[in-house]
Amino acid sequence: MASAFDRIADLIAETSDVPRDKITPDSHVINDLGIDSLDFLDIVFAIDKEFGIKVPVEAWTQEVNAGRAPAENFFVMKNLAIRVEELVAAKQAPSA
Amino acid sequence: MRLEYFEMIDRITAVDETTLTADCLVPPAAGNPVFAGHMPGYPLMPGVLLIETMAQASGWLLLHRLNFTRMPLLASVKEAKLRSFVLPEASLQVEATLVHDGSGYAVTTGRITSNGKKVCEVELTLRALPFPTPELAAMVRDRARALGLPVAAPA
Repeated sequence: MASAFDRIADLIAETSDVPRDKITPDSHVINDLGIDSLDFLDIVFAIDKEFGIKVPVEAWTQEVNAGRAPAENFFVMKNLAIRVEELVAAKQAPSA
Repeated sequence: MRLEYFEMIDRITAVDETTLTADCLVPPAAGNPVFAGHMPGYPLMPGVLLIETMAQASGWLLLHRLNFTRMPLLASVKEAKLRSFVLPEASLQVEATLVHDGSGYAVTTGRITSNGKKVCEVELTLRALPFPTPELAAMVRDRARALGLPVAAPA
């Protein structure tokens, strides 16, 4: 199966006007790819559906706004892929 | 319906965690400023107001799910299909269904029928934001009660 990065990059290219070859692991979704908040909402919906998760965008935004985490942790493609993989793993883990 | 006040829903008839249904009665054309303009001599319910009606039904569904803690606001309209004209005094049945409950947003579908006949449908995305003022939150609760939507006391 394709990596989380590739699957997310494909979703972004399908959902927005960003060409697939412009999306690299170091691309910042907003600053480099120019995705606005409404397109980002569509992308999050596509990721939620593709991976069967609920990307906690609000919690991430709160962490960034409170200075507890840099935006790059969530919005640079390679890190976004890691966060999504973590969410998938957490969902698959047996509950205590 | 009071079109000029954007009061599109007359009565919420049923609601659960994923679906809300409501009834609406399109007002008569005589003296109605919306029908005076749309269109002169040939009054038709504007398609954008049908979409607004489905958006409001979705909004009430989300308010119910969120226990009125946040205000749903329309963010995107997709796949809108307006299948048949709606005339003054038509009776409409509206249905909103949750498709996806996201973080700070939700995706719904809306559908309107009139006496069993398909009128229109749409896919909508709504953001859920904090109420900008307590007065608006109180007004929304009052309006919900008037429409027949159960409202719990604020936490």
